[in-house]
Amino acid sequence: MNDIHLDIQQVDKIYGTAASAVHAVKGLSMVVRRGEIASLLGSSGCGKTSTLRMIAGFEGVSKGTIKLAGRTLNDLHPVKRNVAMAFEGYSLYPPLTISDNIAFALKATKHGAKEIAEKVSAMAEMLEISDILDRYPSSVSGGQQQRASLGRALVRDADLHLLDEPMGQLEPQLRALLRGRIKHYIKENGVTAILVTHDQAEANALSDRIAVMEGGYLQQFDSPEKLKDQPNNLYTGTFVGEPPMNTFSAKIERNDTLVRFILDQGVSLSYNISDFSPNVIDAVLALQHVVVGVRPYAIKRHADGMRATVVANHWLGDQTHIAATLAGHSVILVEHDRATDKVGDDIYINLDPDNIHVFDRDSGAAVSHGADIAR
Amino acid sequence: MEHQSKLETVLRGAALLLVVVFFMFPIFWIFLMSLQTNETILRVPPSINFEPTLRNYKALITGKLETSAASLEINFLQNLWNSVFLSVASVSLALLLGVPAAYAFARHKFKGSEDIAFTLLSFRFAPPLLVLLPLSLYFQKMGLANTYLGLIWVYQLICLPLILWIVRGYFEDISPDIEYAYRVAGHSWFSTFRKIALPLAGPGIAAAGLLAFIFAWNNFIFALVLASADKQPVTVGALAFITASGIQYGQIAAAIVMSIAPTLALALYAQKYLVEGLSLGAVKG
Repeated sequence: MNDIHLDIQQVDKIYGTAASAVHAVKGLSMVVRRGEIASLLGSSGCGKTSTLRMIAGFEGVSKGTIKLAGRTLNDLHPVKRNVAMAFEGYSLYPPLTISDNIAFALKATKHGAKEIAEKVSAMAEMLEISDILDRYPSSVSGGQQQRASLGRALVRDADLHLLDEPMGQLEPQLRALLRGRIKHYIKENGVTAILVTHDQAEANALSDRIAVMEGGYLQQFDSPEKLKDQPNNLYTGTFVGEPPMNTFSAKIERNDTLVRFILDQGVSLSYNISDFSPNVIDAVLALQHVVVGVRPYAIKRHADGMRATVVANHWLGDQTHIAATLAGHSVILVEHDRATDKVGDDIYINLDPDNIHVFDRDSGAAVSHGADIAR
Repeated sequence: MEHQSKLETVLRGAALLLVVVFFMFPIFWIFLMSLQTNETILRVPPSINFEPTLRNYKALITGKLETSAASLEINFLQNLWNSVFLSVASVSLALLLGVPAAYAFARHKFKGSEDIAFTLLSFRFAPPLLVLLPLSLYFQKMGLANTYLGLIWVYQLICLPLILWIVRGYFEDISPDIEYAYRVAGHSWFSTFRKIALPLAGPGIAAAGLLAFIFAWNNFIFALVLASADKQPVTVGALAFITASGIQYGQIAAAIVMSIAPTLALALYAQKYLVEGLSLGAVKG
């Protein structure tokens, strides 16, 4: 389970010539273990699809090495890489039926006709497309084409499965159902998969680890829980999580017993020094300016807390999102009960020391998570 | 579609009829001429009341042209064969060279690729006569004058740019991911080109091939200058009907009918490919 399967070391991708170069991926290093599901998560243009296409061999590697199952892929033809891929744009072969499309890659292998038919039918059942197997891609919906494209990739017995936004076109209920089935299938068959997505819920549900990318750089590659609880830097902290982390820039002061994060408009957060480990206090005091982050669901009401003014209150059916202003900053709170606060009402909130994340304002690097120093 | 009034329907029908008559009447008239003798053709006023005869066709097929003055040898069937051979061979060669080139231009943007593609297109800009005189001198020096090889080579000026530019557009319309999907499934570049790109661009290739065939078939000036009687296609061969004893309208008409027939048949046959070619946009990226 722990052996290295995909090994990406110091990979760069530069498109175009020197004059108009686009540096899409910068110094990417990551290791995916056999049987692991890893996601590449990031906004458009962050380099995730470029990374996927370099692994598949559709784009050359400008610098660095990519190894899969011990073989260096850099100069290997896509044919010889033994990777399967589901494309964001489906890319089914128009002249073939859905069934033939799924069976296509299997026919190039030594599988017998009966075995292929069984595999295709099982895959179609899992993806809920059994009823359209005899139809042509042009006569089925986008969501059905997408599932056929996913099936064509999953049905293969490849060293690595690359899934590029594989469920983007599906309706939410189906997506939720298929996530579970696909994860089960992948784990059951010992498949190693890389999923590219900008949907956090999908990445969280499917992945063992998520690689957050931005501006061509890998920001952090960790389990979904760790990304949320211990973000490496301000970007990951604010990108992961919905609604996003609240942030306040602050200056630091301390006396014998208290450490104070001074926000604007005379508002400050005061904590006992004993709330934090000593090295956190040292690290925080070494900085002039910090950014304090707190997750929306970690903000609690407290009679002695800071005053904030409600600007919006939305009940989403299972939780309340309250937007408020605190010392000129916007704050979002998530509560599980229906809140009755109206726009303009004052609420009093508390930021528990266990739930605050401190970042260096200049570099964005994480300093502490709750009481503990960031690693 | 809006609902049409009766008047609108009638007017639309009349307009369409007018267009059809405008384009088809000359061909219909030529067909009537081909069944008449020179005497009935040249009657004033012209009339469609005549005794049909197959004399003109017989003369073309037997190669003996009987005029009022003398009996002439013509080799129209040889001309017809030349047309078929030159057009088929030129288009085949142009497809062989042009389709892979079009694929390369569509898929790989290399330094100067646009310049090369544009240079090929620019062959269509120059008036043929401009290049023909120097070309005929070169051809005589190189021994290519009055050879099929030479003519097929020159016909590439007509066919190659046409095929390259039309087919390139069709390849560009096919999502490269469809080919990538085939390649990661364990297929080589060439088999991807053959099994995926070619069939998907098939209607476009057929359309471009047909168009090139028509252009090659209708060419007059290249063959007039670069070939002598035994290598000339029908377009040039028809000049033989202007004889010392007058213009043989009946035979010219029969020759036209016979030379239209192959392209017409091809166009009718390829019609469904042309329609498919237009609906290629249904392939989603």
